[in-house]
Parts: sequence; C-alpha cells; structure tokens
Amino acid sequence: MYNKITLTDVEQLKKISGDGNVFVGDEINHDYSHDELGGIEKMPDVLIKVHSTEEISAIMKLAYQRTIPVTVRGSGTGLVGAAVAVEGGILLETTAMNKILALDSDNLTVTVQPGVLLMELASFAEENDFLYPPDPGEKSATIGGNISTNAGGMRAVKYGVTRDYVRELTVVMPNGEIMKLGARVAKNSSGYSLKDLIIGSEGTLAIITEAVLKLVPLPKFSVSLLVPFPDMKSAIEAVPYIIRSKVTPTAIEYMSRDTILFSESYLGKKFPDTKNEAYILLTFDGNTDEQVQNDLNCVAELCLSIGAIDAYIVDTEERKKSVWSSRGAFLEAIKASTTEMDECDVVVPGNKVDEFIKFTHNLAKEHNIRIPSFGHAGDGNLHIYICRDDLDDKKWEEKLNLCFDAMYKKAEEIGGLVSGEHGIGYAKKGYLKKQYGDSHIAIMQGIKRVFDEKNILNPGKVCF
Amino acid sequence: MNILVCVKQVPGSNNVEVDPITGVLKRSGIASKMNPYDLYAIETALTLSEAYGGSVESITMGPPQAKTVIEESICMGANKGTVLTDRKFAGADVLATAYTLSQGIRKAGEFDIIICGKQTTDGDTAQVGAEVAEYLGIPNVSNVLSVDSVKGKKVFLTVSLDEQIVKMSVKMPCLISMENDVNSPRLPSYKRRQGLKEDMVSFLTFADFEDQNADHYGLNGSATQVERIFPPEKNTDKTVIEGNGEEQSAALFSLIQGKKLI
Repeated sequence: MYNKITLTDVEQLKKISGDGNVFVGDEINHDYSHDELGGIEKMPDVLIKVHSTEEISAIMKLAYQRTIPVTVRGSGTGLVGAAVAVEGGILLETTAMNKILALDSDNLTVTVQPGVLLMELASFAEENDFLYPPDPGEKSATIGGNISTNAGGMRAVKYGVTRDYVRELTVVMPNGEIMKLGARVAKNSSGYSLKDLIIGSEGTLAIITEAVLKLVPLPKFSVSLLVPFPDMKSAIEAVPYIIRSKVTPTAIEYMSRDTILFSESYLGKKFPDTKNEAYILLTFDGNTDEQVQNDLNCVAELCLSIGAIDAYIVDTEERKKSVWSSRGAFLEAIKASTTEMDECDVVVPGNKVDEFIKFTHNLAKEHNIRIPSFGHAGDGNLHIYICRDDLDDKKWEEKLNLCFDAMYKKAEEIGGLVSGEHGIGYAKKGYLKKQYGDSHIAIMQGIKRVFDEKNILNPGKVCF
Repeated sequence: MNILVCVKQVPGSNNVEVDPITGVLKRSGIASKMNPYDLYAIETALTLSEAYGGSVESITMGPPQAKTVIEESICMGANKGTVLTDRKFAGADVLATAYTLSQGIRKAGEFDIIICGKQTTDGDTAQVGAEVAEYLGIPNVSNVLSVDSVKGKKVFLTVSLDEQIVKMSVKMPCLISMENDVNSPRLPSYKRRQGLKEDMVSFLTFADFEDQNADHYGLNGSATQVERIFPPEKNTDKTVIEGNGEEQSAALFSLIQGKKLI
C-alpha cells in the first residue's frame, strides 16, 4: 500500500533538506532502528535531520503525494517503539530544531522548537526565575517527544502533566499544510481542542514543529525529604496518609533499596543512605521558607507516626543532586542490571498504589522472575520492569507475557489505565485494545483518518 | 577517640553576585548553608567514630547565627559543637582565622584527630586547615582520600599527591583535610533535629581565650588586607579550531603567539 522510496524521491528530499541532512541505507546509524528500550527494530529507508517548519512541510507534501510513510523522532528515548519506522519510509529527526525562540514574561510563556531537550528547557526557565513544571526522569528527551506522549514526570502531584502546560502548537499536517492549534491564551472554549488531540498522539496525527508552553514563577524555596521505611509495604502504605494530610508535595516517589543499589553501581556514586529496605522521596516547594518547613515538619511527623525509621532532610543543591540524580538514573540502572527487560507504566488511582505494588511482588514470587519497580507513588503512575536475567528465549517470552497479562488485567480491575506517561506506541497496542474495546478504538481510528486519510504519519502505532 | 570537625557557614548559592561598585558580596536575602566540602569531613568523622568509638564534635567561627551549621552537624550525627563568635574576630584573613580556631580548639577540649574540608566555597584558599595544625603544633596531612584505620596512636591514611596516591601513617593528635567527593555524606536527620538541646551548642568569645592580645585576631591579626573585590570580566568569545591534531596545534600555537601570550 505504501510506495517504496525511489532515487528520484531521494534526490527531491536532498533538494528540500540539503545533501548533508539526508541519509540513505548504510549511511544511517543502526541506533535509528530502535528506541531506548530496543525491543522493536526496523531501519528507515531515509533519515532526514530537519531544521524548519517549512522544510518539514515540503517533505510531507512529497510524502503525501507519493504515499510514503513518515515517522518523527526526537532523542529516541521512548520505551514503546513509537519513534521506530515500523513500515520503513522516512524518519525525520528533530534534534537540530533545538532553539528556545522566545520568553514572554507578560504572558508567562516560552516558545520552543521541538528538539529542545527537557534539561535545556528546565535550566533556561530557572535562569529566568521561572519553572517549567513537567519533569520526566529522562532529561535528555526532547520537548516534542514529551508533548507527543504527554509525559508528566515527578511534579505531577502538585503541578499536573505536560498537557496542562501547552498553550499553542504549530504543526505540519500529513498533507504538508502548516497549522497553528490553540493560542497564547489561558482559557479556551472555542470548539474541539485539536491541540489537545495532538498532545499524547505519539506523532500519529501531525508533526509538532513549535510549541508555546506555560511557565510558572519559580518557587523561592524547595526542600526534599527522604523517608526510610523498614519495608516496601509500610513505605507504600504511608502514601495515602500523606495525601490525606492535605499537604501537597510536588513529588512523592517510592524506591526500593535494590533499585538504589543498581543505580549506585550504574553511576559509580554512593547514595546518601542504603541501610533501609524502602524509601519515599518527597519534595515541597513554596515562596516562604516557613511554609516549606511547615509542610516538611507535618509530613515528617506523620511518617514517623506510621512506622518510618527517620526522615532525612535534603536541603542544599549538593544534597538534592546526590539524591535526585540517582532517582533520574533508575531506568538505565535497572537496564544495566539485566540482560534484557521490558516495562509497564500503568497508572492506577492514588489509593490503589500499594495494592498494585504488592501484586507485582507476588507475581515476581509466583513466576520466579525479577520485577523491580519505582515510580510516582503520589500520582499512581508506576514504572515496573520485568528483567530477563538468564532466562532462555522461550521461558522469557512465556513469563513476560504471563506477567504483562496479569499486570494489565489487575490495573484495569482497580480502575487504572495502560500507560501513565510512556505511551502506547507499537508495544502496548494489544493491551490498549483489550482494555478499551472495539467502540473506543474505532473512535480513535476515525480521528486518525480525519487527520491522516492516507495513514502515512507514524503508521502502525497507538490504535492501528 | 575524640574527633573534632572544623566547619563553616557559607552563602547558600554558588551564584552570589558582587556589587561592581563597592566590590562587596551581595549577601542580603541569600540563604546560608554548611560549606559543602565540610560534609566530607563530617562523614569521615562519623564513620571513624562508628568504627572505633568515641565522640564527634564540630567547631566554627562566625557570627552567632553560624550556630545553624553546628546544629546541622549534630543532625548529621555529631554529639555537640562550639561557635567561636566575637566582634573582635571580624574581618579575619586565613592567618587570623586559623589562629582564632586554634585558640578555640585549645579551649574546646582535647582531640585525637581534627578533620577539615579541603577548602570553602566562599574563600577557596585551602590554607586554614594546615595553619591551624601549625598553631596547635600537631602534624597536618592535606588531600586525604580516606582514613583506612586507626592502630594504637597512629592513623593510616590514603593521600592524593596529584600524580601519585600514597599510603601513609601519622601520629595522633593530628589534623587532616579531606579531599572533595571522597564519600557520600549522610543527610541530616529530622529525628535528631527534633532532639536538639540548647546545651549541645557552646559559645566561646575572645574573653574565653588564653591569648588576650586583641591584635592577634580579626582584621588587626590579619597579614593580608583585601583592597578590592571585583567580578571577573565575562567573555563569551569562542573560536573553534578544526582540522587534524597537527593542523589544530599549529593553528592554536599561532593564535596564542598572535595574542603575545607566549
């Protein structure tokens, strides 16, 4: 159904993007065949490093006319194969579109190109006394990829997710038309929100080429608390008490000693405390030291009253770095601890987190397989990793499928969803279909057809 | 074994601005914190006392509010600490600071090992530790990577000499200065913070010291005077030299020569 790319196509693409930005066949590095998890592999026929909205529009006009599939890729830090060109064709890499275009202090917005990295955006905002609240662990992800999955990260408990911070998007439609969706306004009741359809659509509806993002004033004070517990059960059970206390931390993360030790060996750097089995890591921010200290005291006292061993204060840049840099490396650290792994990032109602974590522990025992996890205990988004270790192909496939089936079923039973922030991509399509059913998926497919009737943009993903 | 750790309160941010006209650090509104280098010294002291028993105390010189760094060291695990504070100590350079600390240490107690951080983030001289040892008449070892063991009256150390790492022993009492990043300092405990008691922090002033000559302290006791502080000129010019190693080194050489730097 798709046309193969011809030499004439390549010549035309080179005319649009310049010889040095178009790569074919052996010129394409193998890394472009997979994302960070690497479970899904397919080489694109052509890789183009794009530099502007107009250039992407010209490429899409050609691809549309010739019915050639196009997949967009940022830093390739995804985990579900969303940025893999599973039908071949053209892969557009946006990392060269990495400029922060404007800071609007009157409307509290920043305008960025899609290839700006999350860490670059975060430090730009801070340098200008603002905060861009979404804070996924993978700081080298691009903002374009981040908007495409609607990843929320670690501050979602207080500040919400990426969707809450996107005001306006410039996109290129599959037929090459350039459109602006949303506006630089705080409220919007002007018809269906096409901007919100693009957010989280994993590059299947249109290509994001510019984004206007909302900023908030940088809170003047911020302090974290690392709370050790004798076991994971008591750590996780503390979370609902913290939420009920009405103190709103920006983050509530849970982590086990095992995961911290993996990160120590991965980073070659010691974590400040590894004496205890389980930890909760919280952050409080605010504009007065008094308010932040009150929140900290309230949660520390609460945790101590329900079984915490102590509460360690993480109050300086150095201390925050020593704790949060380990937290940011957990995924890579677990990956480095095993031969292969696959991930599940279900999101469950906040008061069901402990039930789900206990379920995964029992599952690990039942199937004799390692299932480390960490995640956002405060917002119910869990990152669970099934590790292959020394299992042979057959056993690995068998156990992986059994565990995944059981976990997604359990998540659904307790009111959760397939993905909290990593997306559906290629890898989780089956589980999405199973949970949502035919009618729900048919509406998604209908939306996809309205945007992309030739199905050339990131085909084979999310709902197809 | 009695261990003493020297600590200092420094500005909480590394980005403290200098007033370009007066040359004074703009400290107002800037929170303060424990000198980050001192955290490695505290961790070393606490690890040693866990292994060999004994007490850990901390000492600082500064205004009365420097009490918070002593309290912080107690929250990390120290037993108690001392603040040396007096208007007469103000304006001290490294020499006068070291002398004041040595006087305070004599008064605070008897210690087998005194541990300092490598340097401070606001002074960056890395001289105070060695000068305190000199005034106390005890051996000093700087750039210590680890304290490996204590046997009898000797401490066994691993020390960095830039090009080489050496193992050495030193007789107690002694003073050692820890290198940066040599351990993972423990975090202050909320429980210990709640257990802080007034008598855990002592204050000593000029009147408590053995040497009552005021000219040995503060600005009067300083061998150096600061004439002017100014922020370094900001320069963001960038030249990228391309080519192979030989071409790059030739281009770099002529560039440096052109600027009359060699």
